[in-house]
Amino acid sequence: MTSAAGDVTQAFTRRRIVRDELIGLFGVVERNLYLTKRYLLWDLAFLLWTVANTLTIVFIARGIGIAPAARNELETKLLVGGVIWAFLGIIFEIVTETVAWERWEGTIEYTFMAPVSRPVHLIGMGVYAVIYGLVRAALVFFAVVVFIGIHLPHANYGAAIALLAIASISFIGVGMMTAVLPLVSPEKGTQLGFVAQGLMLVVSGVYYPVTVLPDWMQWVAKISPATYALRGNREQILNGAGLAWADVWPLLVIGAFSIPIGLSVFKVGERYAKKHGKLKRSG
Amino acid sequence: MSVSAVEVRDLEKVFSRRKGLWHRRKRAALNKVSFTMERGECVAILGQNGSGKSTLVRLLSTLLLADGGEARVFGYDVFKEARTVRRLVNRVSVEASFFKKMSAAENLSYAARFYGMGPRETHQKIPRILERVGFPPNRRNESMENLSRGMQQKVALARALLTSPVLLLLDEPTTGLDPRSKQEVQTFIREIRERHDSTILLCTHDMKEAEELADRVGLLDRGELLFLEPVADVLERYEVDTLEEAFFAATGRTFEDEKTEDDEEREVFA
Repeated sequence: MTSAAGDVTQAFTRRRIVRDELIGLFGVVERNLYLTKRYLLWDLAFLLWTVANTLTIVFIARGIGIAPAARNELETKLLVGGVIWAFLGIIFEIVTETVAWERWEGTIEYTFMAPVSRPVHLIGMGVYAVIYGLVRAALVFFAVVVFIGIHLPHANYGAAIALLAIASISFIGVGMMTAVLPLVSPEKGTQLGFVAQGLMLVVSGVYYPVTVLPDWMQWVAKISPATYALRGNREQILNGAGLAWADVWPLLVIGAFSIPIGLSVFKVGERYAKKHGKLKRSG
Repeated sequence: MSVSAVEVRDLEKVFSRRKGLWHRRKRAALNKVSFTMERGECVAILGQNGSGKSTLVRLLSTLLLADGGEARVFGYDVFKEARTVRRLVNRVSVEASFFKKMSAAENLSYAARFYGMGPRETHQKIPRILERVGFPPNRRNESMENLSRGMQQKVALARALLTSPVLLLLDEPTTGLDPRSKQEVQTFIREIRERHDSTILLCTHDMKEAEELADRVGLLDRGELLFLEPVADVLERYEVDTLEEAFFAATGRTFEDEKTEDDEEREVFA
């Protein structure tokens, strides 16, 4: 429709819309940077907790009395599992908090009535989650490596980061699906997001090979992006493998499906929330 | 052809709440509400808590979907052309609603980005707009949690104006403020009216505020719009001297009357 009110509406060209959306995306990332800066001590405490938690898992390899070379390999496998658990946890937490945090702060109505598109808003949260998650995962990884004294002479860190970045597309897609939960259920939605994260890692072989799982879980593992991220990262850190197409293509396929599905699920959830008056601050 | 700034026709909103395992209790927050606002006009909607004022504001802000009727902002359908409407509208509500750990400047930057304002633009505009609402420049980078309610509400006004809305929705903007802050906010609303091409919908339960700021005053009671006309016409119609008396004449209750259980439920729903 052309401007019915004369000069009150501006002509929004496609170029202008793209520019505005990119600024909106930048705004989401920028806001999260502000919040990280303001909650820096809390972030440091959480980082220490994650390092301690990962150590409790990696130390298991020390207690089972195996030869040093085998122990080093097991420690590395457990470490990769622990780091990916932490990385995935951050992505799910940040994307899920798209709604939960804004509801808690009371800004949800202002954000959802702003003219930025929902995909840009959610992708902005995802982009920040990946950047923040990668930095944090690297810190946890190297802190544990130094503390335990793991030897990683062949590790291909570049390929490992690249694979995690590719896997992140799928993780963000799944995160978008869980982000809708606090929108539909303000009281229990965030916790249900953690359930989704746990279930995904259980079937993906987070601390064990997928082959030890019951058959039906192995089938589910095939559609979990974490399966390929864990498998690929272990090969890259232990044996210096590059980006294996066998890990990359399933991640790209899952990503190609999970992002549109995630956006659609969120759209349906937002509509439900608008219909039932749930798009408002808590308290 | 001139288009009304706001055109609301037979607007309905019903909320339901689970009552037991199988039953849902329904309450009409808005019941076939119709009115129009012309460009540049300031309309005040009066009503008790739970009367449907906030529901009306949230519908016009595209935060709710209606169960019936239609609403248009400058000719654009609020429910079908929501993104266009969002560019034209902004609001100030009773709660200032900010990221409490972030500063006033950071909160305003965040809000401005969603309206396509880049860092260069906000770097110039934010100090200017904060100065206009009387916010002390030396407190611009302080966390919102360290600011008084009055200060926070000034930042909320700045946030709304930063995006140059042609329709400004004010949902009890002075409720809970001390007399001085209230006065300052009201003065600023007057200034917006005089200097800007903004249409203002002011929802309030402060009758004096409505009378002083608005061209026309409406009364929303239990989801129904009982009247919407200039104060003088309201007083003449009900043959009374004050808006409080007009409320009594129109509803059979005083503004401070105790609420029934039904009213309280409506307040929770709305």
